[in-house]
Amino acid sequence: MSGMAIALIMITLLYFGKSFGFSSNLRTLCTLTGAGKKVKFFDFDWKTQKWNLLFLLGSVLGGIVASTLLKSEQPLQLSAATVRDLKTLGIRFDGQLEPEQLFGIHALSVKNIMLMLVGGLLVGFGSRYAGGCTSGHAISGLSNLQVPSLLAVVGFFIGGLVMTHFLFPLIF
Amino acid sequence: MKGFKFLLAGVIFGITMVKSEAVSWYRIQEMFRFQSFHMYGIIGTAVTLGIISVYMIKRFKIKDVLGSEIMIPNKDNQWTKYILGGLIFGLGWALTGACPGPMFVNIGYGYLTMIIVVAGALAGTYLYGLLKSKLPH
Repeated sequence: MSGMAIALIMITLLYFGKSFGFSSNLRTLCTLTGAGKKVKFFDFDWKTQKWNLLFLLGSVLGGIVASTLLKSEQPLQLSAATVRDLKTLGIRFDGQLEPEQLFGIHALSVKNIMLMLVGGLLVGFGSRYAGGCTSGHAISGLSNLQVPSLLAVVGFFIGGLVMTHFLFPLIF
Repeated sequence: MKGFKFLLAGVIFGITMVKSEAVSWYRIQEMFRFQSFHMYGIIGTAVTLGIISVYMIKRFKIKDVLGSEIMIPNKDNQWTKYILGGLIFGLGWALTGACPGPMFVNIGYGYLTMIIVVAGALAGTYLYGLLKSKLPH
């Protein structure tokens, strides 16, 4: 169902003459803060990306709708093996979307802030370096049978596996 | 309201991401540990339908709303940037459990600390722009 919805969103955007790629917004947001004056990469007409910024705004609104009008009281059904693995790392599964222990506002610690900042930095840097994120490469790119997108997705996976299996035991 | 349709598409995207739990850090961990089919099902379905639709669009030369043929630009054929960039992205994806879309959806959902992740992502994007000419592509 959800996969169908995602494909449908991509096709709808194509029909409106645009291509589905969320991380471009990060570049546009940098441009909006005036980064274009110093760095050429950000020197472009942000108005060409207005549609994508509206899509971003919509996604925030969608999050609000999903947590209010469409809120589900069902706890997340995480596989028992994952619950066990996370427990070994000292991360408790609480049935929410995000672990309160890492992202909760009351759990804010220097370590958590650093993890979020560094993690975000890697995502931002990596998606621009690779020229796209999950939506641009894994969805749009693979749908268009692009070998470069396949390479990027393989990269996403290697990075994710290294973080999960080798770095998590060192971090947590 | 010319932009309304994009706003609406975003709202549907946000709701879909929450309802499918693709915004969840736990689900991303489960995926990278190969302990459930959940995320593979979502991505697999999206890509399968995507491949079929893009094929049809090309095969039947379907036009967009403005009447011009839908053209999807091919990605350029370099290797380094896709692999290296992808790798760096993957490290961050597993750590934060959020790719760029879900970061914003999470903020809407009420996880306000995701603003820190977004701040990091903006800094990372800026850093790339700054170093672009010095990086292998």
